[in-house]
Amino acid sequence: MPPSQITSEGLYVSRRQFLLALGAMAVGLGGASVNAHQRRKRFPNPYADELGNPATPLTRIQRYNNYYEFGQDKEKVYKRVAKLHLRPWTVQVGGLCHKPRTFDIDELLLMETEERVYRHRCVEGWSMVIPWEGLPLRRLLEMVEPMGSAAYVRFESLQRPKEMPGQRGLMGKLPWPYVEGLRLDEAMHDLTMLCTGVYGKPISTQNGAPLRLAVPWKYGFKSPKAIVRIDLVEHAPSTFWMRMSPKNYGFYANVNPDVSTPRWDQQSERRIGEFKRRITLPFNGYGDQVASLYSGMDLTRCF
Amino acid sequence: MLLTRPRLVDALCLIPLALLLFDWAFGFLTDPVGDITARTGYAALILLFLGLACTPAQSWLKWRKFAAERRRFGLYAFFYASLHLLMFMVDYNFRMRWLERVIADRPYAFIGMTVFLMLVPLAVTSTRPWMKRLGRNWKRLHRLTYLACFLSVIHLAWITKADFFWPAFFFGMFFLLMLLRWPYLRRLRTLSGFRKARS
Repeated sequence: MPPSQITSEGLYVSRRQFLLALGAMAVGLGGASVNAHQRRKRFPNPYADELGNPATPLTRIQRYNNYYEFGQDKEKVYKRVAKLHLRPWTVQVGGLCHKPRTFDIDELLLMETEERVYRHRCVEGWSMVIPWEGLPLRRLLEMVEPMGSAAYVRFESLQRPKEMPGQRGLMGKLPWPYVEGLRLDEAMHDLTMLCTGVYGKPISTQNGAPLRLAVPWKYGFKSPKAIVRIDLVEHAPSTFWMRMSPKNYGFYANVNPDVSTPRWDQQSERRIGEFKRRITLPFNGYGDQVASLYSGMDLTRCF
Repeated sequence: MLLTRPRLVDALCLIPLALLLFDWAFGFLTDPVGDITARTGYAALILLFLGLACTPAQSWLKWRKFAAERRRFGLYAFFYASLHLLMFMVDYNFRMRWLERVIADRPYAFIGMTVFLMLVPLAVTSTRPWMKRLGRNWKRLHRLTYLACFLSVIHLAWITKADFFWPAFFFGMFFLLMLLRWPYLRRLRTLSGFRKARS
C-alpha cells in the first residue's frame, strides 16, 4: 500500500484525542484517590500485622486469587469457584507416622483456632496482609506421631476436574494435583498454620476452603489450598511448580530479596491496592523467628 | 456529520481506555497498577496487530476503508504502549535504580522497553511531511513494525506462566499476516484466475 493512500486528516485529531484522554485519566486518578481516602477515614481497619501494616480489605483478598485450579486469571477465580462442593471433605494424614488418620473436615473445624495477621508474599511480586484464622500445623502432625524416618511433609490438594476448570482442557495438561512440601522442622514451626478462616469468617473457596496452609516466610505458592492429603515422607517431594519450571521455583522458596528468579525480580513488592512498591524483607519480615532453621545453608543455592 | 469513519475508529480505539476508567472509578480494579498495566498492554498489542492486518486486508480482501486506518491503529497502539510504560514506571515509584535493574535483569522488561523505543520513531515519522522527507526510506523504516509485533508477542509469552493460549494466538496471527504478505502467494492467487473472476 503506497503511503499516499493512508488517512491524512487523522494526526492532529489523534493528538487532540490523546490530550483529552490524558485529561480524563487525570480526572479519574484524582477521583479514585479522593474516594479511597474518604473510605479509609470512615472505616478504619482494626486488623494490622505486628509491623503496623493494615490488613488488605476482604474484598481484595477474595477477588485476587492465584489459584490455577480455577484458571490463570487471578481476578476471575472468584467467579468460577461456586461449583466446588466443600462437603463431604476429608483430610487424610498418613505416611511415615504411627497413627495415620483420616479427619473429617468438620472434625478439624471443631479444633481450637487462633487468629493471626500474616503477610503473604507471592513470587510474582505482589503481597497482601491477611488476618487468618487457624491452628498450627504442628498440632495436627503431633496427633499422628511422625516416625523418626520422616524428614519432609508432602501436601496434596484436591483434583476434581469436573468442578475445577483449570484442571480441564489445555490447562488440564499441567501436572495436577497440586503438590507442595516442607521440611519437617519447617512444618513443625509455630508460624506454619492450617487456615480455616479469614477476617473471623469461614475461609472462602477462592482462598482455599475448607483447609489451606499459610507459611508466611515463604512465597505464596508454598501454601497450598484445598488440602486433601498430608503425608510424612522421607525425601523432599517434587512439587507442582518445580515440575513446571525448576528455575523459577525452588523447593525452599523462602522470601529472599537477594535471589531473583529468571522471571521475577524479588527486591520489591506491590501490596495489592497500593500504588507504591515496598521493599521486600528477607524471610518476609519473619527472619528473627525462622532464620535459625537455615543456619549453615547457602540460601542463594537452596532457593 | 459527527460519526464519520475516522471518528468511529477513534471511538472504537478508545473503548479499552473507557472501560479501564469505568472499572477504576467504580472500584472494579482489584490490583489497579497491575490491571492497568496488563490491559493497556493488551490494547497496544491488539492495535499493533490491527495495523499489521491492514496490508493483507487491502491486498486480499480489498478492505480499503479498513486499511486506510492503518496510521490511526498504529498511533493508538503507541498511545496504549505509552500508558503501559507509564504504569510500569508508576509501579516502580519512578525509582531509576529499580527500573534500571528490572530492565537490565528481566528479559520481559528489556524486550518491552526495546519495543517501545522502536515505536517512538515510528510514531514521530507517521506524519505526511515526514513521509515526504524520508521518501523510500519511510517504508523501510516502518518495516520495524514487523519486528515490534514479533517482539511484543515474545514479551507477552515471557510473563505468561502456564496458559499460553494468547501468546500462541498472537504468534499464529503474526505468521499468518506475514505469510499473506509473501509476493509468491499473491502471484499464485492471481494466476489461479482470481482476476478473471473479478472482471
